Amino acid sequence: MVDLIMKDILGTPSILVGLFALFGLLLQKKAFADVISGTLKTVMGFVILGAGANVLTGSLDQFSQMFDHAFELQGVIPNNEAIVALAQQSFGTETAMIMLFGMVVNILLARITPLKYIFLTGHHTMFMACMIAVILTTAGFDGVMMVVTGSIILGSLMVLMPAMLQPFTRKITGSDDFAVGHFGSFGYLTAGAVGKLVGKNSKSTEEIKVPKSLGFLRDTSVAVSLTMVLLFFFVALFTGPTFIETELSGGTNYIVFAFLQGLTFAAGVYIILAGVRMLLAEIVPAFKGIADKVVPNSIPALDCPSVFPFASNAVIIGFVCSFVAGLISMFLLPLMGLKVIVPGLVPHFFTGAASGVFGNATGGRKGAIFGSFANGVLISFLPALLLPVLGSLGFEGTTFGDADFGVIGLILGNLVNYISSPVVLFVITIVVLGAIFGITAVRKKNGYNDTIGKSA
Amino acid sequence: MSKILVVCGNGLGSSFIIEMNVKKALSDLGIEAEVSHTDLTTAKTEPADYYIGSTEIVENLEDGNRHVIKLNNIMDKNELKEALETHLTKEG
Repeated sequence: MVDLIMKDILGTPSILVGLFALFGLLLQKKAFADVISGTLKTVMGFVILGAGANVLTGSLDQFSQMFDHAFELQGVIPNNEAIVALAQQSFGTETAMIMLFGMVVNILLARITPLKYIFLTGHHTMFMACMIAVILTTAGFDGVMMVVTGSIILGSLMVLMPAMLQPFTRKITGSDDFAVGHFGSFGYLTAGAVGKLVGKNSKSTEEIKVPKSLGFLRDTSVAVSLTMVLLFFFVALFTGPTFIETELSGGTNYIVFAFLQGLTFAAGVYIILAGVRMLLAEIVPAFKGIADKVVPNSIPALDCPSVFPFASNAVIIGFVCSFVAGLISMFLLPLMGLKVIVPGLVPHFFTGAASGVFGNATGGRKGAIFGSFANGVLISFLPALLLPVLGSLGFEGTTFGDADFGVIGLILGNLVNYISSPVVLFVITIVVLGAIFGITAVRKKNGYNDTIGKSA
Repeated sequence: MSKILVVCGNGLGSSFIIEMNVKKALSDLGIEAEVSHTDLTTAKTEPADYYIGSTEIVENLEDGNRHVIKLNNIMDKNELKEALETHLTKEG
């Protein structure tokens, strides 16, 4: 009986997140029909996530073999959805637990510290929970201590990252109505800082005419399909027909094979996104509902497109410059003995565009161009440096894409290398985070408005 | 009961936030509707009475038949409320 509850029910991630949703729905006193359908859809979302991972892995395997044969190097395609979906097979329960308690820690911190942010980008909460789970578990931590430490780290990031960006965010939006809650923050911070450095008297991007023809790339599925097909074509040409047709495609023409594999990858991403969407449909509103009750004056921290309307030209400029930086970095990485990180349109679009907006806010056109270029370099080098700390997950041919995953992953990964005791890690975590919150509180007392204040 | 679909590029983050804002605005206006969110590709095949999102995204959905509501600033709750009021109450 104990085994059934602990191993089969709580040990099955899909059922575990289903229980979270059920709990959230009951807490909101939803109608019976909503409770049933919401819970079932959440579990189904998790199952769909796994199915998408299977589709995607097949194509990723082919890509790795082609790339390896062509260049005798390992090529890696950073994609958060892909790596998280793959990781759920071994780290699902840990991810779910850290995600849930990370949200609890977020609400507690927003309640008791001056940082009133509620991090509403649910998929990023899940991705970060996953990365923390992988790093801690790989280092040999487990059980309650692992979940507690992981949740404290996650919950702290959920308020610290929006807080770190808020001075810049306020410059963009002109208010404290919302913050940016997206784990590309270090890229945006860099873009804002670079903008400050280079952008003396530079005019805003919004005074230029920018062609609107890149609009179709706003559609993630189209962007992923296009990138992957081009990428598979490019690699297939270097791999050559002989190897592909004898070893991989079972005789199908190598160009046709490459085309279909590229689209298989995109289909995998599409399925995973649909799964994530269903999985979060009940959890995020419940989280927001509870936060609204518990934290007066809370500030929602939202996904990065929330700043796009404030500088729509900077969005296009930022994407292009970030992507160019990604292409240049692709050739530099192997020279430094690192794995090749293939630039993806999607990460460069979302984080490049947001970096462009941040760079423009501090340094106009020049700021947008150089700021988003800096972001592009960051999201090429950080994923490559991150691979070794992900343990066995680092060999899957994909990795986390956005800047914060790289920064936090490297810090945490190196920390657990030197510390083998969960208690010591826990104490260090508390001390470091306590210091950060302490400094924030003191600065606020001394009148620095780098946190929030409705009427500061 | 009309169906409103909120659309963004990824169908994960910002459309989800707008969906919550739409639900809030509708309850303020006293209008009942079914609201959900999705990505642009899926929106093209999913029937709904109204499609709502940022201008550069939802203009891809305009085909003369779909009722598209464009937002200049997806975070502006007042703009959203006015847009909903104009489009939904006009129909009766």
